[in-house]
Amino acid sequence: MSFRAPRTLAALTVGTLVAGFALTFFFAPNDADQGFVQKVFYLHVPLAICALIGFMVAAVQAVLHLRSGDPKWDVRSYVSIHISVIFGIAVLVTGSIWARASWGKWFVWDEPTLVSFLIVFLLYCTYYPLRYAIEDRERQARYASVFAITAGAFVPLNFIAVRLAETLVHPRVFATADGGLTAKMTFTFLVCLGGMALLWETLVRFELATKSSRARIGRLRRALEGDEAIGSGSRIAPAPREAGS
Amino acid sequence: MPALPLDEAGKYVAGAYLVFLALLLVYVAIMSARLARLDRELAELGELAGNVVERERSTREEAFRG
Repeated sequence: MSFRAPRTLAALTVGTLVAGFALTFFFAPNDADQGFVQKVFYLHVPLAICALIGFMVAAVQAVLHLRSGDPKWDVRSYVSIHISVIFGIAVLVTGSIWARASWGKWFVWDEPTLVSFLIVFLLYCTYYPLRYAIEDRERQARYASVFAITAGAFVPLNFIAVRLAETLVHPRVFATADGGLTAKMTFTFLVCLGGMALLWETLVRFELATKSSRARIGRLRRALEGDEAIGSGSRIAPAPREAGS
Repeated sequence: MPALPLDEAGKYVAGAYLVFLALLLVYVAIMSARLARLDRELAELGELAGNVVERERSTREEAFRG
């Protein structure tokens, strides 16, 4: 199991995000209805899309782990969830700020989109205690994968349920025939979405590289000290053999 | 709901983008702390490897003399 830190990807991420935010403020027109406050859309929506897709990616990786038994998929699934939870925090905070500006409230409890995202976020917050409550690393990885698959399946179901709900306060930008966005807005949004997806991937790879280095240092230390348990390896299941990522 | 005036809306928009930036900075700070720890562990390993090499050399020398 060896992952390298992605320098080119990191540079591309910074470039795309800076371009996206520059387009947001200097290229995309102000929304006719909401005005300047709609600029939060170019940050909040890409973050939400990446977080939700990240949860589903984690589910796919968990399936691969259960099928192959290769611990590298478990580590990838864990890291995908971890980064998506961080994105989830950003979604909730930026969403609250937007809600306060648009609706005068920080959170609307009878709005299906907001509450469903909060439920998904809280569901994934329980992943950590579940994972670390199990000491045996193989069992830990297996249970965590089952959780990731179950919760991952819940994400699209939740999305469909919200779309079918009748009360819609939350704007449905992509529900109208022409997308509800002008060409300039759509272009800006796509650049922001691309930048955010690249950021997600970069953070995932950096996290994987750190975990991989920790695990290798732990193995090296154990080898040098004659297999004495030192406990300095990664807290998540390290690869018992070189998986060759 | 009518659009907020720019001076009012600007605060919220700036707030949202600053929160995002702050989260990124916190993450980078955590990553750098982890990197520093890995660096320390690597230095310890270097010392450990040096000790092992030294011990093996002295064992070999003793065996050669004996």
